[in-house]
Amino acid sequence: MSVIKTTCPYCGVGCGVNVQRDATGVLPVAGDKEHPSNLGRLCVKGSALHETLSEQRRLLYPQISGARVSWDHVLDDITARLQKTILEHGPQSVALYLSGQLLTEDYYVANKLWKGFVGSANVDTNSRLCMSSAVAAHVRAFGEDVVPGCYEDVEIADLVVLVGSNSAWAHPVLHQRLLKARKERGTKIVVIDPRRTASCDQSDLHLPLKPGADAFLFNGLLAYLSEQNFLNHNYIKNHTRDFDAALNAARASAANIQEVARVCGLEESAVEQLYRWFAQTPRTVTLFSQGINQSSSGTDKGNAIINCHLATGRVGLPGASPFSITGQPNAMGGREVGGLANQLAVHRAFTAESITAVGNFWRAPNMAQTPGLKAVALFEAVERGDVKFLWILATNPLVSMPEADRWRRALQRCETVIVSDCVLDTDTTQVAQILLPAAGWGEKDGTVTSSERTISRQRAFLPCAGEAKPDWWALSEIGKRLGFTNEFSFNNARDVFIEHAALTGINSATPLQFDISELSTLNNVQYDALAPVQWPIKNGQGSARLFSDGRFATADHRARFLPIAPQWSQSPLDRDTPLVLNTGRVRDQWHTMTRTAESERLNRHRAEPYVEIHPQDAAVFGLANNEIAEISNRHGKAWLRVRIEPGQHLGSLFVPMHWNDQFAARARVDVLVTANFDPHSGQPELKHASVRVRALPSGWRGLLLSRERLPLTRDHYWAAVPVANGWLYWLAGDEEFNVVSERLLALFPAEPALQFVAPDQKELRSAWIEAGKLEAVLMVGESELVPDPWWLASQLGNVLEKDDRRVLLSGKPSGAQAAQGAMICSCFQVAESSINGAIAGGCQTSAALGEKLRCGTNCGSCVPELNRLIREHVRAPREIAKAV
Amino acid sequence: MEHRDLVIIGSGMAATRLVATLRRRGDRRSMILLGAERALPYNRIMLSPLLAGEAEWQQLVTHSAEWYAQENIDLHLGHAVVEVDTVARTVRCADGYQVSYNDVVFATGSRSALPPLAGIDLPGVTGFRDYDDVTRLQQATHRGGNAVVLGGGLLGLEAAVALAARGMTVTLIHRAKQLMNRQLDVLAAQYLQQAITARGVTVRTGFAPRAILGAYRPTAVVLDDGSQIPADLVVVATGIQPITEIAAAAGLQIQRGIVVDQRMRASAAHAYALGECCELNGETVGLVAPIWEQVDVLAANLCGEEKIFAAKPYVTMLKVSGIDVHAMGEQDVSEDVRMLTYQDREHGIYKKILVRDSVIVGALLYGDIADSQMFFNLIQTQTEIGSDYCRLLLAGELTAAPVKARA
Repeated sequence: MSVIKTTCPYCGVGCGVNVQRDATGVLPVAGDKEHPSNLGRLCVKGSALHETLSEQRRLLYPQISGARVSWDHVLDDITARLQKTILEHGPQSVALYLSGQLLTEDYYVANKLWKGFVGSANVDTNSRLCMSSAVAAHVRAFGEDVVPGCYEDVEIADLVVLVGSNSAWAHPVLHQRLLKARKERGTKIVVIDPRRTASCDQSDLHLPLKPGADAFLFNGLLAYLSEQNFLNHNYIKNHTRDFDAALNAARASAANIQEVARVCGLEESAVEQLYRWFAQTPRTVTLFSQGINQSSSGTDKGNAIINCHLATGRVGLPGASPFSITGQPNAMGGREVGGLANQLAVHRAFTAESITAVGNFWRAPNMAQTPGLKAVALFEAVERGDVKFLWILATNPLVSMPEADRWRRALQRCETVIVSDCVLDTDTTQVAQILLPAAGWGEKDGTVTSSERTISRQRAFLPCAGEAKPDWWALSEIGKRLGFTNEFSFNNARDVFIEHAALTGINSATPLQFDISELSTLNNVQYDALAPVQWPIKNGQGSARLFSDGRFATADHRARFLPIAPQWSQSPLDRDTPLVLNTGRVRDQWHTMTRTAESERLNRHRAEPYVEIHPQDAAVFGLANNEIAEISNRHGKAWLRVRIEPGQHLGSLFVPMHWNDQFAARARVDVLVTANFDPHSGQPELKHASVRVRALPSGWRGLLLSRERLPLTRDHYWAAVPVANGWLYWLAGDEEFNVVSERLLALFPAEPALQFVAPDQKELRSAWIEAGKLEAVLMVGESELVPDPWWLASQLGNVLEKDDRRVLLSGKPSGAQAAQGAMICSCFQVAESSINGAIAGGCQTSAALGEKLRCGTNCGSCVPELNRLIREHVRAPREIAKAV
Repeated sequence: MEHRDLVIIGSGMAATRLVATLRRRGDRRSMILLGAERALPYNRIMLSPLLAGEAEWQQLVTHSAEWYAQENIDLHLGHAVVEVDTVARTVRCADGYQVSYNDVVFATGSRSALPPLAGIDLPGVTGFRDYDDVTRLQQATHRGGNAVVLGGGLLGLEAAVALAARGMTVTLIHRAKQLMNRQLDVLAAQYLQQAITARGVTVRTGFAPRAILGAYRPTAVVLDDGSQIPADLVVVATGIQPITEIAAAAGLQIQRGIVVDQRMRASAAHAYALGECCELNGETVGLVAPIWEQVDVLAANLCGEEKIFAAKPYVTMLKVSGIDVHAMGEQDVSEDVRMLTYQDREHGIYKKILVRDSVIVGALLYGDIADSQMFFNLIQTQTEIGSDYCRLLLAGELTAAPVKARA
């Protein structure tokens, strides 16, 4: 049985995954010990990849207006629409919206087709929402979008500063590498984040700064470094420019620690501690992510960080570098290809020389001459009717874009909306006229680039589901139909890749670093066998670090300091919307849940959309734990389960970004975010919206399990979780008990086989059984629900044993005292109740828990939560016991 | 004239239980059972399985003849008592047998209450109370044909199911809207009706018989809506009435039954009454559990102990053609009582508990009596139950929440 080595399709760490198949299907995946990103580790999401390969919710064949059509037909139709739109409205009226989930090969063909042959640079991507500010900061400072360091740097650094990065959850494998190094060599870890996240669990210092204050903090650091004489004057003098302007700007906004602490809402001692450690630790890595990028001044924040590294000469050195971690598996590949509206190709901007060079290489007749529309501007153009043809690939912008509802209305009016996706029902496929079935992970073949510039192969190990095709193929077919047969006659992913690699050769005589032209001679066998390699590639060797010699990718090879005048959010608070809304990821879900929601155990970690709120805010706004909250502003509203969280920043709410209309009545949190964006990068300010919150009156609560999806309206709260044999719904509302009972019972035509009724308590529980098998369970009542939803879910579709049938509507298996609770350790599937039991039984450390229950001993991502449960037990053992 | 220390009029279950209890207590006095039925004392509850062919006669007999001999208990069976003289303390049977006593116990039981219907006296119209009835019914089933059972109480249901099992076409007529309306609530009665119907009995509730047609044997039963149901056999099970004539003639105080006090003493000295024929605190009883309690009280008093009958809560345990039904405690829903019900429609299970102030005060279990004893104990001990009533009702498990018995 052969092992297929491929790459994980989730975050930007880019872990190697070993896949094995037998007659029964794909076996549980394992981390690839030979892959430099993960050295054998996988996080929970990666470990569950084999559980996400169901074809149940796949888009399996092309559709036009809901009708199945052939590929030939749909490609002809798309081509005709494209030609007609360009003819009538010009090439600026057509656009692609791509994704960091695409492979480099898909990106390359899309970019080539549009910018070279359609003649439009309206090619933007969801990476705009993810790290475009880091791109802009890199280009401004280094002359090129280059991450100078590598993962090893976090292992050999003495100080790692996490800024706006909950890497424990968002980049778990890299975080585990950091924690291992900390254990071995005592690495200091500082977390700069308004929230006390899981990443703070094993840190030396947490700075819960005021949301958006990061540039003040790093300006203050630059001023401190100067003040305390920690500057690397030689480096500044020999390898950089514009230091004085940067220092002056820093002093102007953050003159001293007192001022910084005041503005950032921090303890002076904490600020000073950070500054002292940074100043005195040559091997310092500053790891930054969406907390920096997703801001209306994210580029400046990135440069404020890079300024401090330039000032100390810590760029591209072992254990010393600024380090932007990307969110997506191939955001980096997209950047390399140039799949952003403001880039041309291969790190080239829209200069005359580059347009000529790329145009010649492509033999392209219609080279775009100017940058295209960045995400928000692109959707605004759709809204205005300027863009009439939009092809969206591998992304779900009606969930992920700020002001998402506005773009839904815009897309509904757009003449042609095409969506290529592997999933049939997403919020975005629902507004498309044309759907193209895309090959999914395990079916696609190509390359991705990780956050440390490692190009790895994603290899296919499954046939494409239904009529699904790789996206590069569909795009090439359009190119051919437009008459460019030779230019798009790619036979396989390797054909695309070697052309892309060859194109990077135009950078060889420039200061630009991105050059993989040595890979342009790979034959099919070599491409298939391509081992992970870090670009640039010179003499067959990859490059772990760049700019180590202080020579940058600018014309004069000097890096640039940027003078940073810190800006606050463009969504200021007011009396009507007094709270900051912060959005982000949870540990076990990926993006809009189209794939991770296929795995029941991943769904169990955080099974409902929720809002975290500080206890004081909860008291002020009258919210109790586990209630439903409504957060809203002029853009819309969202209904979320309340989690009162002392680690939450006062005055700020946190809501996960993942939930959408497929999984909840109203939980698309990005609907509430104003589409403000960074002037340099165009990246929207997804980490900062202003909202109000109130308790959603809910007199009743319910739990509903069904083998089939149910047509629930959005008038009342619901959240849906796909489980192994159906769907689990949480329900709440404020109707009269009789009204809601009737409404919910009406979802099922048959009379329930089992029924528990407590009319005085206003409680109803029903179960439907067909041919002995459990079809559905409904529990609704005005009192707190106690059942174990996961046990009930496990019974769906089962022929119930006598004992289980007897206890079914009590909601727990025979003999069970407590519901299992949230899935804390997804790897070994250890739920909260077992862990609390072990803690009560004497386990006082996460290690002891691991020994007893195995929890936390695989990927380690749940260790912060294990520690939290231990702390909570020490604090309030009796309350825990009650909850159990 | 012969003399026995204790003379018991009747040879039913209460009578047999009394003599056995006395002997078990070590009481050696002389005693005699005077029975109108010829058969050895038997377990009347098992007449239904006997009729249905599910039990053998030998299984019904409570004690063998040898046992009575060994225990020195005399039997005088097949001869009804015709007179009791409570002053002379003598008893006379229809065959002329006379015996004097120190103490006499009336355990005469009850008979079917026959409604005043035209045709009620026809041969082929029978009650369902004793061995002779069963014999008659068995003979009737050999002929096959149509049977009409009047009365949807326990006995009527059992007779109907048994006759259907023996191949007759059976219609059951019940005056109330629901079967067993004295013991069951509407829902349980519905389940029962379904189950009885499934066993081949046509059930017509809400109808009363107006007359039984037929010249020599019944041919049909006329209902109050005028409709006629063909009947070759009519079983009357519309109720029972205590047998009190001899006691009345002896001058004892009679209301519905023979009035006794809490020591089971009737209104004459050295006279007692027991079981279905007696009336205690204004109530007659037809269920086994309280009668066994009466037996214990009387046995104690006969042995010179002071024991008072106290109405104890008990579980009404019914077995209706194989379906177990247990009822205990309060059954009526009042303002301060919360009702919780559970149904398994496919398996024919219905359970109900009534809760007042976190204490179970009543329960009805139909089709699943596994937790009957537990519910009974919870009612008895007035134990506060946890918050998860559902769990308790369905699975019989108390929740982890603290449980305490009320002082």
